[in-house]
Amino acid sequence: MSLVSIRDVRKSFGANEVLKGVSLDIAKGDVVAIIGRSGSGKSTLLRCINGLETYQSGSIIADGIEVGGASTNLRELRRHVGMVFQQFNLFPHLTAAENVMLAPTVVNKVSKAEARATAAEVLAKVGLSEKMDAYPSELSGGQQQRVAIARSLAMRPKVLLCDEITSALDPELVNEVLRVVEQLAREGMTLILVTHEMRFARDVGTKLVFMHHGKVHEEGVPKEVFAAPRTPELQQFVGQVG
Amino acid sequence: MSYKLQFAELLPYWNVLLQGLIFTIVLTVVSTVAGIAVGTAGASARTFGPVWLGRIVAVYVELIRNTPFIVQLFFIFFGLPALGLKLSETTAAFLAMVINLGAYSTEIIRAGIEAVPKGHIEAGLSLAMTKWEVLRRIVLNQAFRKIYPALSSQIIIVMLGSAVVSQISAEDLTYAANFVASRNFRNFEVYLLAALAYLVLAMLTRSLLRALGRVIFKAR
Repeated sequence: MSLVSIRDVRKSFGANEVLKGVSLDIAKGDVVAIIGRSGSGKSTLLRCINGLETYQSGSIIADGIEVGGASTNLRELRRHVGMVFQQFNLFPHLTAAENVMLAPTVVNKVSKAEARATAAEVLAKVGLSEKMDAYPSELSGGQQQRVAIARSLAMRPKVLLCDEITSALDPELVNEVLRVVEQLAREGMTLILVTHEMRFARDVGTKLVFMHHGKVHEEGVPKEVFAAPRTPELQQFVGQVG
Repeated sequence: MSYKLQFAELLPYWNVLLQGLIFTIVLTVVSTVAGIAVGTAGASARTFGPVWLGRIVAVYVELIRNTPFIVQLFFIFFGLPALGLKLSETTAAFLAMVINLGAYSTEIIRAGIEAVPKGHIEAGLSLAMTKWEVLRRIVLNQAFRKIYPALSSQIIIVMLGSAVVSQISAEDLTYAANFVASRNFRNFEVYLLAALAYLVLAMLTRSLLRALGRVIFKAR
């Protein structure tokens, strides 16, 4: 039984069809790395999974909830499907701890004290215990992204979607974020990552998905796929970025 | 060119002038609070609400921003009784001020809302917050921070513009000055004093708003 099941999803922006029938199954504990050129539909696919984008046909079922239904309870869906963004998107008027506490208090109605305890726990997990009361503007990019990860974790998601979460970081800050993600993977968190970090995809991923022109062009076990890409497009892509 | 200033002649009327000043202050404070509430609701409707509601708000905003305040005031005070809605001078003055500032602040606050990065809204939604929770907890705070100086200026403009309500005999500072001038004919002294009072009031309001802003938005 897959945790996220994507069946023949099609999505257009106007006349431009971005997803041309994507199917994918993701089981609990999978670490899925989605790679591909910009414009291949990776981010759009990810954004369809938690309903930030709508799709025209096909189906996505995440944690038993049909995402695209007219009466879909997106709030219920998003309680279990977290997302981390390329641009961090921390709320600048709130401290790190307040960023983390916001959704648990507003959505899950837990008490401030309980939310603060959760914030302390998840911020410790990402190695930022001492930055609880810092504002985003006082943090480095890598620290901000780790707070963003902690913010998602505070909702205890079953799946975490990561949309190019290291692409906006200075090179020397990439690893501190990747280490956190790797730790989550080891603990069994189901992760779907759109990424350009090929080495990370190979070493940490349990599944590699190569998207090309709005379709899943090739998929498989990362180490095998990277060692012997079957399609010329992936061969060329790996050659360019590797 | 040898006019002799005689401020002493204003002394018997200090009470009238003070009451006018107080009326102007109360009018400004009340219409600021209510006007910003209207503006917040209007801006929220235009950006986060249904399209039809946004259209209604847009019509309201354009109607007010493209007509003179004095005509709006006259319409409310002299025009509405034709529809059976007869308001006192004071009520009409307050209403006109709130409607006027509401329209301008709708536009100002809307600009602030639109300046909040879309990613922050998406991050809020991804955390399972509803659109309205995102608006209240994430967007409005940032929006007000951005537009606070513009909003402060608008409050001063409205405060100075409130002199117009004297034209329907609402008893504000300008009305009081008119009254005194008509009694003792010391036009020069009365209006000089009134001008000074507005000047001081405007400068005080500005500093007060600045201090208030520092307290509200101290973080970051």
